[in-house]
Amino acid sequence: MSKIIKVGMADLNICKSPDGITTLGLGSCVGVALRDPVTKIGGLLHAMLPDSTVIKNNTCVEKFVDSGLDELVKRMVRAGANKARLEAKLAGGAQMFAFQRNSDLVKVGERNAEAARKKLRAMHIRLLAEDTGLNYGRTVIYYPETGIYVIKAVGKPEKSI
Amino acid sequence: MDNNFGFEQIDSGYLDVLKEIGNIGAGNATTALAQMLQRKVDMKVPQATLLEFRDLGEAIGGEETIMAGVYMVVEGDIRGSMMFLLEKNSARHLANQMLGGFGDPNAEDFGEMEISVLQEIGNIMTGSYLNSLSDLTGLKIFPSVPEIAIDMAGAILSVPAIEFGVIGDRILMIQTRFTDDVDIDGFFILVPDLDSYHRIMKSLGMA
Repeated sequence: MSKIIKVGMADLNICKSPDGITTLGLGSCVGVALRDPVTKIGGLLHAMLPDSTVIKNNTCVEKFVDSGLDELVKRMVRAGANKARLEAKLAGGAQMFAFQRNSDLVKVGERNAEAARKKLRAMHIRLLAEDTGLNYGRTVIYYPETGIYVIKAVGKPEKSI
Repeated sequence: MDNNFGFEQIDSGYLDVLKEIGNIGAGNATTALAQMLQRKVDMKVPQATLLEFRDLGEAIGGEETIMAGVYMVVEGDIRGSMMFLLEKNSARHLANQMLGGFGDPNAEDFGEMEISVLQEIGNIMTGSYLNSLSDLTGLKIFPSVPEIAIDMAGAILSVPAIEFGVIGDRILMIQTRFTDDVDIDGFFILVPDLDSYHRIMKSLGMA
């Protein structure tokens, strides 16, 4: 029996095939999915902000793209994944409203996506596909068995990347 | 000092005051809605909660619930986000009623007219909420031009959540639900930053 593990906002978790892992209603946040295609161990991070080094109150590592990815990889390796084999897919990073006041938060969605690309590159993890930006929310489900990342959005056909 | 105010100072007494703020703000706004619709609209007891981000979706009835969210940034003595959220069918119902039957009740998407009407309803409602809060506290509150998104609740709420994420690991929000038990179901959510809480408390003689 396979199940789908749920990840909340500013949260991460790992799973093993045949289980899948999901996060619901990604807005400006990003959902970074990782897997080791050999051991079929997968993981998902739902991060809100790009960079833990510029913000003081950062005890919650899952809140940030950079520290969240470090933690996710650590958890996956502990579960038996090989870091050198990891591959990634990325979704989210939308701009939900046309304006955003706080200069720190202008285009935070776009900056989250860019932070994820940069961090993955620094960790030597291949980014195989992404569905980011624009102005709508996304629900994602990742299956480490196949590496398929299913993306659902309101009023749009479901797609897989 | 404002800068020393943190989550650890938030106790049940504080939360009670915030609930009362929700009560007054949303009470006035609900009255405004009832007048616009010329019918009775009930307001539930407000909730003031300090939530983990991961629990945010559940608090408003599920991350994937499709809602129309009118969002405005609040500046002045109170800074933060104000949102007016309507469950999708309520939004459609409300827009149709305001358009006097000119809207299309069976359309799958919201048209330009409906969106514009909802934005204006959100403007009136949040304006009335913030005005009563300003009258009560004597604090200056300047809301921005409202923006609207019709999408999953989780995605809409990620915007105020991210603003709060910059300053803390949890989100403090005052949430009030309103319903007429038939056609309308929605929420007001006020998410001021921590310094604003301190100023609200001070203006009420609580700090």
